[in-house]
Amino acid sequence: MIEAHNLTKTFKDKKRGQIHAVDGVSFRAEPGRIYGLLGANGAGKTTTLRMLATLLQPTTGTATVAGFDVATQAQQVRAHVGFLAASTALYGRLTAREMITYFGKLNGLGNAEIKARLARLATELDMHEFLDRRCDKFSTGMKQKTSIARTLIHDPAVMIFDEPTLGLDVMTARSIVRFVRECRNQGKTVIYSTHVMSEVEKLCDTIGVIHGGKLCAEGTLAELRAKHGEQDLEEVFVKIIGAEDQK
Amino acid sequence: MNGNNILTVYVKELRDSLRDRRTLMSVIIIPAIVMPLLFFGVTKVMTTVMSRAQEEIPSVAILGGSDSPGIVSALKQSAKLRIVSAPVDWKQAISDKKLRAAVEIPDGFEAGLKVGSAPEVRIYNYSGELKSDFAARTVERFLTDLREQTVSDRLAERGLAKTMARPFEFQRQNVAPPEKVGGNLFGGIVPYVIIILCFSGAMYPAMDLTAGEKERGTMETLLCSPVARVDIVLGKFLMVLTGSLGAICITLFSMGLTATVGGSFLMGGGRFAVKAGAAAATAKARGVAMPTIDPLGLIGVLAMVIPVAVLFAAIAFTVALFAKSYKEAQSYLAPMMIVVILPAVIGILPGIELDTKLALVPLLNLSLVCKEMLSGVWHWNYIALIFASSCVYAAAALSLAVKMFNREDVIFRA
Repeated sequence: MIEAHNLTKTFKDKKRGQIHAVDGVSFRAEPGRIYGLLGANGAGKTTTLRMLATLLQPTTGTATVAGFDVATQAQQVRAHVGFLAASTALYGRLTAREMITYFGKLNGLGNAEIKARLARLATELDMHEFLDRRCDKFSTGMKQKTSIARTLIHDPAVMIFDEPTLGLDVMTARSIVRFVRECRNQGKTVIYSTHVMSEVEKLCDTIGVIHGGKLCAEGTLAELRAKHGEQDLEEVFVKIIGAEDQK
Repeated sequence: MNGNNILTVYVKELRDSLRDRRTLMSVIIIPAIVMPLLFFGVTKVMTTVMSRAQEEIPSVAILGGSDSPGIVSALKQSAKLRIVSAPVDWKQAISDKKLRAAVEIPDGFEAGLKVGSAPEVRIYNYSGELKSDFAARTVERFLTDLREQTVSDRLAERGLAKTMARPFEFQRQNVAPPEKVGGNLFGGIVPYVIIILCFSGAMYPAMDLTAGEKERGTMETLLCSPVARVDIVLGKFLMVLTGSLGAICITLFSMGLTATVGGSFLMGGGRFAVKAGAAAATAKARGVAMPTIDPLGLIGVLAMVIPVAVLFAAIAFTVALFAKSYKEAQSYLAPMMIVVILPAVIGILPGIELDTKLALVPLLNLSLVCKEMLSGVWHWNYIALIFASSCVYAAAALSLAVKMFNREDVIFRA
């Protein structure tokens, strides 16, 4: 479960003064459902998700993740979150096994537990072949699998995906999408940010459209289509953004 | 703070760094070869240059002296000088190193001697040029001998004892133990090298563990883990410190080894020592060759360096943390190297001695106290003061590092 209330993040910039990267965003993501955060580049998706993952502190507003407050209980929040972003890379000089084991330890798991979970994840993700090779020699697909195993080693209740398919080829992107769906089926709370319409159509149970740091529309795919009188999600998106800009 | 987490981070960083070629270079390979290189390289070059300069029989021209055949023929007979005919432009010849020196005998020199008018002989040389100075010194020694000979001849003529003109003798003797002599000269360079290696040992791990991680995108991955930020900083910091101390331990070990092996090599009468016998003796007197180093001094240096290594590790860590990329970190830390070298250089300057004020100046105090300890002098009150002040600086730098790591505008600087 994720609940965000009026989340706001402002940065100070020497040239442009105060920037409201995220401006009063409130939403609720339920277990067993995928909440899609749809927005253009620079709309505030990454900042929102970083606040939920406690990488950034909200300027104002609050959010609870798995029942813990992101501002005051950051460590517990992180213990219950798996965060996968295009920007969360692997240690190139470690092998996949060392990488996953390291994060298991950082999550406070015992050696036996890490071993067992790693064996299961490696089988599920078909990683045995490259488990003991160094990550810097991996193909993108192998890297993604290792990253996924890294986010799942502590079996988090909440999964946060920040544009996880950015720059991936079709096959690798498909395997990610399949994996996200699996997380939902296991009853995890999933939040998924992207600017790719087709992924949203395929995956998301609830969609939040974010623009200029503000959440300007929210609903299921069907609701959004009905409300804006368009079948194509891209058209719906453009209408929402256009209406927002006119305000 | 959680010890287990710090250890987990540290062990991972250690494993990671041991697989990084740049870090291995700066922490292990460079420190291992710098000392022997400095030691043997400088010693070898110095002794070779000195012995060449001394072995060479300098070409000296005689100016004038046509009415003083005695001194001219004595000069020509000297085995230590090669008398050549004076070129027209003899000054230029000295500048061009074709001629090492010239000796000008005034007109009527020998006639003047007889009447006791104290004529003046002039020696021309190119001051500061090693071989020219040697030539001038050889001529001087020749003239001194000649003068003494003249005096004793005169005394003998008048039937007087030699002690008439030389009523007493004097001699200079060194009371400093050999390690003191070595410590002062070689000991000045040792802290200098240690300070540089201590910093460069911290520099590469620091860049790799902070800016390097940001650049490769692993910083965000790491920050997603439920470990407290302070545990991450301390784990990483310990790795940087390991780099710094590792570099120093390897330097000191390699220095001790070189001093032992090199010592027996030079003293043991090997081919090198015999051939350059005289030169090596001179060189030793000048302190370029084989000073003995007090092993206790080395241990003392190691102890004094620890808080400085903490200081360096924390500073390098903080500065590198601010950078977005490895390259940016490098461009911040490379100029800092010069800042670090400055106090070390001042420490080498002769005549600067420890006092209470200097004992509080970071790095300079280390440089000075190391010089003392290596020459067997232990001023315990200064040592305590320096150790304590270094610890204070180190603690301040470390707390700054932790503070910076908790600032999101530093970690996520775009």
